[in-house]
Amino acid sequence: MNLSRTARIALRAALAAGLAVVYVPLAVVLLNSFNSDRTFGWPPAGLTLRWWGTALESAGLRDALWTSVEAGLGATAVALVLGTMAAFAVQRYRFFGRDTVSLVIVLPIALPGIVTGIALSNTFHAVLGVPLGLLTVIVGHATFCVVTVYNNVLARLRRMGLSLEEASADLGADTFTTFRLVTFPMMRSALLAGGLLAFALSFDEIIVTTFTAGAGVRTLPIWIFENLFRPNQAPVVNVVAAALIVLSVIPIYLAQRLSGDNARVQGG
Amino acid sequence: MTTPVVAAGPRRRAAAFLHRHAGVRLSLLLSAPLAWLGLAYLGALAALFVTAFWSTDVFTGDVVRVFTWANFHDLVTGDVYRTVALRSVGVAVAVTAIDLVIAFPMAFAMAKVASPRAQRWLVILVLTPLWASYLVKAYAWRVMLSSDGVLGWGYGLTATILTLSYLWLPYMILPIYAGLERLPGSLLDAAGDLGARGWRTFRTVVWPLTFPAVVAGSIFTFSLSLGDYITVKIVGGKSQLIGNVVYDNIGAANNLPFAAAVATVPVVIMLVYLAAVRRTGALDNL
Repeated sequence: MNLSRTARIALRAALAAGLAVVYVPLAVVLLNSFNSDRTFGWPPAGLTLRWWGTALESAGLRDALWTSVEAGLGATAVALVLGTMAAFAVQRYRFFGRDTVSLVIVLPIALPGIVTGIALSNTFHAVLGVPLGLLTVIVGHATFCVVTVYNNVLARLRRMGLSLEEASADLGADTFTTFRLVTFPMMRSALLAGGLLAFALSFDEIIVTTFTAGAGVRTLPIWIFENLFRPNQAPVVNVVAAALIVLSVIPIYLAQRLSGDNARVQGG
Repeated sequence: MTTPVVAAGPRRRAAAFLHRHAGVRLSLLLSAPLAWLGLAYLGALAALFVTAFWSTDVFTGDVVRVFTWANFHDLVTGDVYRTVALRSVGVAVAVTAIDLVIAFPMAFAMAKVASPRAQRWLVILVLTPLWASYLVKAYAWRVMLSSDGVLGWGYGLTATILTLSYLWLPYMILPIYAGLERLPGSLLDAAGDLGARGWRTFRTVVWPLTFPAVVAGSIFTFSLSLGDYITVKIVGGKSQLIGNVVYDNIGAANNLPFAAAVATVPVVIMLVYLAAVRRTGALDNL
């Protein structure tokens, strides 16, 4: 394409500047987790590993992390089942209201989180009379996680076509055997990608969690939010923040590995 | 087709039955997802909407299940709520505009200037911050904006707009990048050959063809900003958005019916927005 030299330089500069804006705040958090000054005066007076030690010993933090993992695994499991079922129905069959199914699946992430949050908490509380707890958090998270699995499986089914499954049936395999030996292996990486995204969404969620978690249930984001405004907890919050930034590289790495076979791991 | 009987166990018979009845297969597949999302989730939303027409007993704090327009009446006539609603829309518009101005050149450089090898890495670089925790990113700005931080600009509405723009920037870059990648380079060459300079090519070729992608990005930035109340609490100082009004009415004020009424505001605004952009084909770009 014929862009003038100046235009090329300007565009490259804009890209570099934009990426710098994206990464500088994250770098500041990383650096601050080693800041020896409790109030994070800038520039840091000295560097220390003390806060990382304090964070490792925090029992509340460990509990919150474990709760988040449990909630994430539960929501991901539900999302995998529901998302796969819905994707098969929409991709393999023609029926009345097919477009509406897609819409209903996208709705929980399209609407503001607070709307989903209070709608669910109201239903648990006033309509069903279920006490809030880890289970209600899982239900809430699963609701908006279905879409990630659905999107991935739908895209995979669209590409897979039917010929291999038909071949399997012609060779005498019944519906279940075909699913186990042919369909499922071909969908595996799409399920992994969708599940990964679902887990990440759940792990990071705070708004729906705020309304669906009972008093005793504290996920990691809730823990961070509660401690964010306590000056004496600031160093530990900083360490958690830094750790989460470092850990976010893992899903990206896995996603890139998976995208080798074209899984869709970009946003919902 | 007759299924050859290998072992006529119940499993085999069930498989044969399913094989012959597509309708049964479909209903089984749809049952769980529709029960969960269609019945439970939509039901919950409907119940919330009904609650918006109820009221709260001033003395006991219990919900009174009698139809009333009072919540919506308060919402429409209260100056505070109008100000907060307008402010929220203003913030959402500002965030969308800022993200568009930053994201478009970035996406253009990624799609049309960078080499294919570099493109792969640039996409990863843009995607990575999406996986970093939302709270952590808002917190990063709290640290930087605090009076003794790197920037030290303090908290408030400007800080909220800045932080939200930062949070949702990747959601704007990615659709625009995808849109620009689909735009054939030959069209830009043709515009150049016909004598169009940079700006004219942008205005008459690039912009109209990538507009749906831009709108797709704006749906994310707009709706995510409109519903937010956490960022406001972290960097907003004393300012309030719609989300905070909803939150405070559930927590401190214990007035779920009014909170439900307020919550319909962002939903209605989003529905209007979606209906308005539907014709651009943006919804297929999501």
